[in-house]
Amino acid sequence: MPQAKRLLSYLGFAAVAVYCLAPFYWMAISAFRRPQDQFDNSIVPSRWSWENFSAVFSGDNGFGRALLNSVIVAGTTTVLTLLIGTFTAYALARLQFRFKNAVLGLIVATSMFPGISQLVPLLKLFTDIKWINTYQAMVLPSLGFALPLSVWLLTAFFRQLPFELEQAAMVDGCTRGQAFRKIIVPLAAPGVFTTAILTFIAAWNEFLIALSMVNKKEMQTATVAISKFTGVSGFDQPFGTQMAAGVVVTVPLIALVLVFQRRIVAGLTAGGVK
Amino acid sequence: MTATERASAAGTPAAGPPRKRGRDVQGTKRLAALLLSPTLLVLALVIGYPVLAGFRESLYARGEGLDADGFVVEGDRFAGLDNYTAIFQGDRADAFWNAFSNTTFFTLTTVVLETVIGVAMALIMHQAFRGRSIVRASILVPWAIPTAISGLLWRWIFQADGAANALLRQEILWTADGFPAKMAVVIAEVWKTSPFIGLLVLAGLQMIPRDVYEAARVDGAGPVQQFWRITLPLVRPALLVAVLFRMLDVLRMFDLPAVLIGVNQKSVETLTMIAWFEASNLRYGSAAAYATVLFLYIALIAYLFVKLLGADIIGEARQHGRRERRRRA
Amino acid sequence: MRRIPLIGGTPLASAVVCAALALSLSACGGDDGGGSKGGTGAALEGRGPITFVTGKDRSGYLQKQVDGWNSEHPKEQVRIIELPDEPNDQRQQMIQNATTKSDAYSVLSLDVVWTAEFAANRWLAQLPKDQIDLSKMLPATITTGQYRDKLYAVPSASDAGMLYYRKDLLEKAGIADPPKTYDEMWADCEKVRKLPEGEDVDCYFTEVNKTESMTISAVEAIESAGGSIIGEDGKPALNTPQAKAGIEFLVNAKKEHMPKEAVTLDTEGGRRYFQSGKLLFQRQWPYQYALANSDDGSSKVAGKFAVAPLPGPAGPGVANLGGHNLAVSAFAKNKATSLDFIKYLAGEQSQRANLLATSKAPTIAALYDDPEMVKKFPYLPVLKAAIASAKPRPVTVKYGDVTAAIQGEMYDAVTGKKPVDQALTDLQGKLQPLTAQ
Repeated sequence: MPQAKRLLSYLGFAAVAVYCLAPFYWMAISAFRRPQDQFDNSIVPSRWSWENFSAVFSGDNGFGRALLNSVIVAGTTTVLTLLIGTFTAYALARLQFRFKNAVLGLIVATSMFPGISQLVPLLKLFTDIKWINTYQAMVLPSLGFALPLSVWLLTAFFRQLPFELEQAAMVDGCTRGQAFRKIIVPLAAPGVFTTAILTFIAAWNEFLIALSMVNKKEMQTATVAISKFTGVSGFDQPFGTQMAAGVVVTVPLIALVLVFQRRIVAGLTAGGVK
Repeated sequence: MTATERASAAGTPAAGPPRKRGRDVQGTKRLAALLLSPTLLVLALVIGYPVLAGFRESLYARGEGLDADGFVVEGDRFAGLDNYTAIFQGDRADAFWNAFSNTTFFTLTTVVLETVIGVAMALIMHQAFRGRSIVRASILVPWAIPTAISGLLWRWIFQADGAANALLRQEILWTADGFPAKMAVVIAEVWKTSPFIGLLVLAGLQMIPRDVYEAARVDGAGPVQQFWRITLPLVRPALLVAVLFRMLDVLRMFDLPAVLIGVNQKSVETLTMIAWFEASNLRYGSAAAYATVLFLYIALIAYLFVKLLGADIIGEARQHGRRERRRRA
Repeated sequence: MRRIPLIGGTPLASAVVCAALALSLSACGGDDGGGSKGGTGAALEGRGPITFVTGKDRSGYLQKQVDGWNSEHPKEQVRIIELPDEPNDQRQQMIQNATTKSDAYSVLSLDVVWTAEFAANRWLAQLPKDQIDLSKMLPATITTGQYRDKLYAVPSASDAGMLYYRKDLLEKAGIADPPKTYDEMWADCEKVRKLPEGEDVDCYFTEVNKTESMTISAVEAIESAGGSIIGEDGKPALNTPQAKAGIEFLVNAKKEHMPKEAVTLDTEGGRRYFQSGKLLFQRQWPYQYALANSDDGSSKVAGKFAVAPLPGPAGPGVANLGGHNLAVSAFAKNKATSLDFIKYLAGEQSQRANLLATSKAPTIAALYDDPEMVKKFPYLPVLKAAIASAKPRPVTVKYGDVTAAIQGEMYDAVTGKKPVDQALTDLQGKLQPLTAQ
């Protein structure tokens, strides 16, 4: 019986991995094909090649710098979103005040407009205050796009935890802030971490704002850089290069998650031991 | 918007002593205002202002003709609700209802599939398992690939001579305007977004204290009962939030069908794509009207969703509040 | 299907993205009383640094050209602003900058079909015809830079479709010359099909997917039959026998002579199909010439094909005109420098260097007859003839709406969802309000 159960969960894992990775495999394998075999359907490239990857990083693309910019923009957005979002979510989950539902409703309502409708007014605004070609012109809008989901998620996660824990801590002499930091946050660590990952990915993949607010190559993000990849002639599509770029922007993200998963969660939880 | 203003207005003077043990209601109120104001401020600036500007635009028409020299006539004209009524007239009504039903179809199919697959994923991932952190990270992959790129990837997979047809031994013209195009979009979208639900449910699962299950086991509850009686109710808030935001996203879907199949394709045209088309042809008023109509539709669905399924996302807090107040009294 | 402009389902990622054209423009001031610098044709003034806004350069050559300019004009430096590869995205970024009246963009590289829209919206500065030497350019290309007889853009690159055909197969079937008419083309097909190596070969392909390419195919079919989508009087002319004959050719070709997946093939899909050796005749842009001749294993037809002018119903057909023009943004500072820079980039020397480095079709007539160039690009004489007789797509301020309507109705006709007559009547009805101005 335990044997069978074990086998079953192995199968489950395999199914999940295949589901998530099969199309990605196709992407990676397309990236490793030589440009001239780009549209083969063979499961393994007939000839392996780094050509697409070196094209991604070729001198005039500025892709390395673009990756760095993406890290800065997405990283800042994530930190700010978590900071601001946690405060707000705490208030919504733990404090008593009127209009709470209205506030929750208002926050979610900002996620109900097509994102394209924000662009031109913001462009006008940022042009007027000379924010074109700055990081904040990309971070602030991303923050606005990320906050509704983060606030709702964190609120849900905080509410999932029993109230009594916090109250007990406060009876023990903790301030409200201490109780929150040392009891709630560590217990909610998986939720907070997941929210952080989702925010980071969303900001990492943002394109429209980053494209419109920046016209200097040194400031462009990775998604914008990818949109500027070209084939040799203008009609031919740089499919292989784009797939290679997809691999390049995705794999570090996953590696990062792997490394930080344990560390961050452990760190957050450790804070709570005391 | 009035509520934002009120809230942020309430937020500004709260520079006073925020962190005194807020026993009194006044203190709690002030603390709440202080904690809420950054979020509301950002949202008011980044979303509120553009949206209001857009709403104003939807009441105006501009660029309606050429002058004698062939230049577009400048200035705008107050058009009242003309931009709105135009949506429901003639050819445009057909296009609107077609996009409306596409949008609804995509929402229903993808959200249901994503939820089922996502929850299943989370349950599998929650097992103790060697190497599970790698598998866990791998479920991030579909979500992490930029939509533009995964759209291209799927476009290639769904070519007439692509991997999908090779695998199925079929000759389906997925990327031509027609029903297979709808399927292609659903498949690509579900693949991309079920990890989103999976991750959030998994986070919810990880936050369930272990002793809850032990207690249940002592009570003799089987795995199936445990799932329905304990797991599901406890992850419900996270799941509902995840599903709600997935709905909001898919109702505004644009990138994926546009990259995978193309714009102006009847079978996959969504409401946002119509709004995009209007805007890209400089009919900003009309585009804003479509965006507003879409907003109303989304708001209605979200409201129904929260009322029917998610009452306790909000209601729970109310209950807690009452309990707390009673205790204090 | 990339470099072809505008609305119409460019697959690329970002078409999408383009979304951007903000739904809500109000913030950008509807009440712009004055500011109509575009129309008046005032002298272009101001010298100093400028920007050049263009899709990404593929050869790395553009930067060299700009460096050359910069070293000679230290006080009038040019900075390149690269836009996404997708034409839809390029147009959208330019419109965004125009509607916010930003002076960030000075010189714009515009697709030929954008001229009317940009000029009519006062986004472009009118250019002084007397200060620019247009005499060396192919006349057809100059018209694409004009709106209402005024010059707004200088042609810097051109493009037109040609007939690619499998020389080897025609020779085996005993056919000496490429077909000049549709009937000859179908007859040649019959003969090739009877050869053992011609059995699996599809006869013909021109793009019929619902994108800008559909508009191009429709324009070529109708013009070749002697008709026109928009008549001389500026009104739609789809109720003519010529228009009907043109579209019937397209419908018949799709039904009888094209690969069955034709509606899913874009420009690149067509190229792959031709390069796989499964196609006898193909309407395609010049860019395919070098790629299909490449001997790296990607093309099975290297050295086995040649190009000819497009066939028509009773003689040579009419190609459609593509390409790019250079214009000055109405909101730019330093317009005098911008004009000088345009003269530099569109001049014979630059175009010659550009042709060699990027194989971009020039607009200067003499380059097509230059023996050195013809040796390197054997298709140039055919291309020159094609451009000389080429017709533009409808010149209209609401080009985006017009091309979307054409794509929709023609797709329905080609896929058999609507009879040809019905589709043409519907299209006539849709285009009337769009062109009535």
